[in-house]
Amino acid sequence: MTADLVAYALRLGDDALVLAQRLGEWSSRAPELEEDVALTNIGLDLLGQARALLSYAGEVEGAGRDEDDLAYLREEREFGNCLLVEQPNDDFGATIARQLYFSSYQLELYRALRGSADPTLAAVAAKAAKEVAYHRDHATMWVLRLGDGTEESHARMRDGLERLWPYVGELFETDEVVQRLAAAGVAVDPAGLRDGWDRHLDATLAEATLARPDGRWLPGGGRRGLHSEHMGYLLAELQYLHRLHPGARW
Amino acid sequence: MSAPAAAAVRELAGRVADPEIPVLTIEDLGILRDVVVDERGRVEVTITPTYSGCPAMEVIRDDLARTLAEHGYGDVRVRTVLAPAWTTDWMSAEGRAKLTAYGIAPPGPRRPGPVPVRLTTRPPEPVACPRCGSTDTHQTSRFGSTACKSLHACRACLEPFDHFKTL
Repeated sequence: MTADLVAYALRLGDDALVLAQRLGEWSSRAPELEEDVALTNIGLDLLGQARALLSYAGEVEGAGRDEDDLAYLREEREFGNCLLVEQPNDDFGATIARQLYFSSYQLELYRALRGSADPTLAAVAAKAAKEVAYHRDHATMWVLRLGDGTEESHARMRDGLERLWPYVGELFETDEVVQRLAAAGVAVDPAGLRDGWDRHLDATLAEATLARPDGRWLPGGGRRGLHSEHMGYLLAELQYLHRLHPGARW
Repeated sequence: MSAPAAAAVRELAGRVADPEIPVLTIEDLGILRDVVVDERGRVEVTITPTYSGCPAMEVIRDDLARTLAEHGYGDVRVRTVLAPAWTTDWMSAEGRAKLTAYGIAPPGPRRPGPVPVRLTTRPPEPVACPRCGSTDTHQTSRFGSTACKSLHACRACLEPFDHFKTL
């Protein structure tokens, strides 16, 4: 049970940490100043969630690892984030597609996790759900604006949605770790979140005059540490300073 | 330690300013949750973050320890709790008035239940301009210079302003 809880807290924390890193890459590069501020603020919320979750994983593990050890000193195969969050920012349309897919999932997840039998997970979820409601709103408004905008913005939003679609399947996959924790009322089985997620996506896409992608290639493996080729580069940037100068502070 | 002494320590702790919006104290913001002083004069202060990633928390912890040390409380522990989750409803009326005077539109009352989904690009209900009071304003960005604020502009006096988001 302890090992399951550590793995689960790490998965949730790694999702938030890796997406925070990706969103930080937009700093000074977003299409407009307000968006620069928006994407990095969303990243900051996610980083805060990651810190709480990684700290808790370290505490439950009881091996003396803190949030920094877990963020900076684990190797790629030890990260349990989903493939979606590690995908490159690419075009702004793709970043917004990833935001819509992920924030909708994370909102359903955190709302359900507020009722967790684990008081720490319930507290993190209750706080984060309020923040993620803003993230989903932000993504939704962009999808509407781009989808129902010009021919160019519509095409780029559509391309982004299609490019990231394969990584949606994994969000709702379950395994024994989650099932055991869900049976104890600690975790949320993501399979049960799909209906709510679908409803929001379909309503948004219909309003945005966009079609729902229907690709059949749905890779997985992130939860078991099997990542896409992009993950190694992301970790290199995330971890190099700490590994080069252990314990560096400023 | 006597109850009046504990109240005095709370008063001291409550005076610590938010480093990002220095016009507000942590008492005004409602992030100071509890102050306990034991019989040996040791102090435990409980605070809660506004947002999970609020970078001001570490500065607030240091400021609390320093302020209390200056008043003779050398043994101070600052505890951070996440539950119950902070809400802008905990901001005091005084804090709201200070925000407006500082040029930041204060948060509105929180609606019960989940945040409604608006399937439209229209902005949410207008926020009154803290400068001229007009409600003929529009939102320019849902995210501002800190996690807790959004950006707006007033059509009446043409000034841009920050709004402390309702959470």
